[in-house]
Amino acid sequence: MLASGILGLSAESLGNVVMGGAGAIVTKSVGLKPRNGYANPTIVQTSYGLINAMGLPNPGITEFVKEIREAKSFGVPVIVSVYGFSAEEYATAAKIAVDAGADAVELNVSCPHVKETGSEIGQNPKILIKVVRKVKTVVEKPVFVKLSPNVTDIAEIAEAAAKAGANALTAINTVKAMAIDTETTVPILSNKTGGLSGPAIKPIAVRCVYEIYEGVKVPIIGCGGITDWRDAVEFLLAGATAVQIGTAIALKGPNVFKKVTRGIDAYLKRKGFKSVNEIVGLSHCS
Amino acid sequence: MKLSAYRIAANKLRTTHILSVDTESPTVKIFTFKDKQCARANPGQFLMLWIPSVDEIPLSILDAKENGTVSVAAKKVGDATSAFHNKSVGELIGVRGPFGNCFTLKGGRILMVSGGTGTAPILFLAERLTPKTAKLVFVTGAKTREELLFLNKSKRTLDGEKTQLIATTEDGSYGIKGLVTKPLEKLLERERFDMIYTCGPEQMMRKVFNLAEKYEVALEASLERLMRCAIGLCGSCVIGRYRVCKDGPIFTAKQLRENKSEFGISKRGFSGRKIPL
Repeated sequence: MLASGILGLSAESLGNVVMGGAGAIVTKSVGLKPRNGYANPTIVQTSYGLINAMGLPNPGITEFVKEIREAKSFGVPVIVSVYGFSAEEYATAAKIAVDAGADAVELNVSCPHVKETGSEIGQNPKILIKVVRKVKTVVEKPVFVKLSPNVTDIAEIAEAAAKAGANALTAINTVKAMAIDTETTVPILSNKTGGLSGPAIKPIAVRCVYEIYEGVKVPIIGCGGITDWRDAVEFLLAGATAVQIGTAIALKGPNVFKKVTRGIDAYLKRKGFKSVNEIVGLSHCS
Repeated sequence: MKLSAYRIAANKLRTTHILSVDTESPTVKIFTFKDKQCARANPGQFLMLWIPSVDEIPLSILDAKENGTVSVAAKKVGDATSAFHNKSVGELIGVRGPFGNCFTLKGGRILMVSGGTGTAPILFLAERLTPKTAKLVFVTGAKTREELLFLNKSKRTLDGEKTQLIATTEDGSYGIKGLVTKPLEKLLERERFDMIYTCGPEQMMRKVFNLAEKYEVALEASLERLMRCAIGLCGSCVIGRYRVCKDGPIFTAKQLRENKSEFGISKRGFSGRKIPL
């Protein structure tokens, strides 16, 4: 499925991702009020990934409802990513999204570059539990929680989210990072720090999924640096039942989804597995 | 190493010194600097220019030379471009790119229509295209004479027998009085063109597009949208199902026909909301 934050602000561009083979789409994170995001530079291209600090630009959930409705016509599950500055805000945004037709919501409790939301919520198990419980009381669709790798013990946070009622966990969001230009000696991003995505963070993400799988029963959605089928299989072996792809679209275009799913199928066939379920968490047996 | 990782790295931000600053009009300056990658750009492509500690903005490439120098034209419209205008020779700027597709280089009878700083990529195209064309009519417009851009450079480029330069100003201080679209209808009625290339304010391009449709002439237009990542990920620059940074900035008449409800009418603002142009 498509990872949140990529091309997810307009239904038409989400449609392109579906045509590229995505089995489900996660929208860009949407909150109660419109946000303009940060000034440029909002992205830094590094050797093995991207650092971004977009600043959660979004038109607000009320305006976004029409994009959700349109995205529903593509025939794949639409997962709306929501953020808030309080448990109530998460719940209200989630409810509006579900009422508009969202098949699930993914709580962004892991954005590393906006204050008082995102990872500031997801790094604190107590606040996280409160947010997840609140959302669970107002929506009947599945609630995913997207976890931050910027914590001491991701397994502990994962257990807290699962205990609070999360139906699935997405691991991981971007890794907090920064880049400084040596000639001018200034930080490049206008926000100074941002989140690293892409091939650079894949080993971190695989480790996170592996650790979470040891402790929780809810499904894990692997995310972080997946570029080809081999990366995806690695996440499945670590314990993910599904994977998300984002940054790789810049490298391979929206058709990356087709290439990855075909590659997984070929791998399963070659190795004699009957179903993808047989390899989920397989590495834990060894 | 994976090729994929290389591709991200290949477009890293580079810092470079400004080699020259030329005042083109009261609001437009031309900046020239060295950048090997952007010097290989084709007409129509753009770059992201970083003004350290201020902003990063998309700019069309005005010229790219074999010696590795690149020129861009920037109009003073806001904080970022004002800060850029305050930069002088020797100061550092950052560059990413070149990004996006380019104009197709078509021979035959060509009509070019430009307005304001949109003249930059069109003139770059004219320089590359002149040897291939049977005829080239270049129509360029501005509000007033002093804002008519690159007039001398255009005259030098379009000095052959098969080329024609038509200038328009809204106040009549130079060339034909009126909008740049004014001489077009007559031209299209009188002559047969194989291709129209256009860049400028989008409402202007919409009019050019409507005329191209009426006279059944192929067209390519260069679009501008809010740009953030420039590599097709963030979705800030979408028009319909296209990403202007990656699928564009050059669009064919066929692609524009799919987006008649947005082209020349609306764009997405900072929050992603559609706003009128």
